[in-house]
Amino acid sequence: MPRQQFPADLFGAIRLNVMPTVQMTQHLYRFFPQLENRTITVSAGSVSEVLRAVNEIAPGFADYVLDEHGALRRHVMLSIDDTVVIDRKTLSDRVPDGGTVYIFPALSGG
Amino acid sequence: MAVTNTRGKPMSDMILLGTRKGTVIFDRIHSNWRPRPIVHAGIPVCYAARDPRDGTLWASLDHGHWGPKLARSRDGGASWDDVTSLKYPEGARYIVKYLPTPDFDPASPSARPEYANASVYKIWNIAFGHASQPGRLYAGTIPGGLFVSNDGGDSWELNRPLWNHESRGGDLFAGDATSENRWNGTPASIDYGVFEPGIHSIIVDPRDANHVHVAVSTAGVIETTDGGRTWTGRNRGMTMDYLPTPEADWGHDPHFVTACPGQPDHLWQQNHCGVFYSDDAARNWKKVSMPDAGVHFGFPIAADANDGRTAWVVPARADSERMAIAGGLFVARTIDGGQSWQTCRHGLPQENAYDIVLRHALDVAGDRLCFGSTTGNLYVSEDRGESWQCLGNNFPPIYSVRFG
Repeated sequence: MPRQQFPADLFGAIRLNVMPTVQMTQHLYRFFPQLENRTITVSAGSVSEVLRAVNEIAPGFADYVLDEHGALRRHVMLSIDDTVVIDRKTLSDRVPDGGTVYIFPALSGG
Repeated sequence: MAVTNTRGKPMSDMILLGTRKGTVIFDRIHSNWRPRPIVHAGIPVCYAARDPRDGTLWASLDHGHWGPKLARSRDGGASWDDVTSLKYPEGARYIVKYLPTPDFDPASPSARPEYANASVYKIWNIAFGHASQPGRLYAGTIPGGLFVSNDGGDSWELNRPLWNHESRGGDLFAGDATSENRWNGTPASIDYGVFEPGIHSIIVDPRDANHVHVAVSTAGVIETTDGGRTWTGRNRGMTMDYLPTPEADWGHDPHFVTACPGQPDHLWQQNHCGVFYSDDAARNWKKVSMPDAGVHFGFPIAADANDGRTAWVVPARADSERMAIAGGLFVARTIDGGQSWQTCRHGLPQENAYDIVLRHALDVAGDRLCFGSTTGNLYVSEDRGESWQCLGNNFPPIYSVRFG
């Protein structure tokens, strides 16, 4: 059966009304199993607000990705769609409707 | 379950290993030591120990990506919970140290201190409070903070008098440094991208809850007699081979410091520059190395529970090699305050051994001793070190060994 094709403008219109989602490395599901096998949707806002929302679903989550000053831990990477966040200290980068936040570990070693 | 031997000190039937790949617990069942399946699998565990007061098990998880965490088990290891992370309070700063390099100008940092906000890089050591203070715990960190909990680890607070000590530049919460920072970094901090000091030894006097010694790499030994309100350096008699002023007050590199529980004024120190002993609560240290017997460099040291003159070390070749001397692994024991040392080799490999035993990876309980190496070898003795039995050769690199 041929796949339904949506006009690009229609797809864009749908995206605008969709709340941001958060995806993360499966390593974090080990510590926060309540985040696994579900779509994590949050309100649009700053990265800081998004992480706070995830921390409400999974208390303690913020301690895994942020240090005591609220900055991203040194070996944690975070991107909004395919753009790595610029502000790793105050997490002010904005996550738009329809955007996806990706949280993943920086790679090192072989 | 702990039983008591004829010497009147606990003879533990549990061993906890902190390893590069998780926590391993051994139980002694029908005279055999049996390991349980590894827990915290895949996570580096730099220290694991059992609180003798209430049986709680503790593990310090050294997550590479997710920050250091403490894990706690109140059911003998069946289940483990995360404990709220230790956090430096707002305004906690330190004066940055840099790894000395050939073009390093030692006058530069003291002339213009550079400050950094403190973050916990590593929870290097957990110590249990005095029997009169149930719920009191201590944790030593890189970058050199002593944290205290009074509620069994639910919350932690930085000991500010030690953090603000004049040997570190004074109260940096209040403003800029008022003195020079004499605490140097430990190579153990380099993995975290810094060169900062670390607290790896915390000794609570069984006679007096307010009397605590801590040891810092690289600064030395510091003592409080008033419950942590004031701290005094205790490095008299210590000597450094690597600085132009060997007897300076600060800059010493204790690898591990411990005390005899039954004679708490007897302290033992395996230092970068030899083995040191004090019989007056660290007021004076005496070098008791015996290089001809191989006793000089190493990391761990263990003191007998009752006899303050008896201690054990696992010597290594100093210090560019850091492995067993001449390919033969041995433990050295003194029973006379370091005047003489006996080497204990029976049951240990005497050729092609390249093990190094790290600072927390030797322990004693009654007549039993146990140590593990970064090569993943684990040995136990039931007779005060006279003979040794191998409990396995394929463990992950072993960071800590503690009887439960």
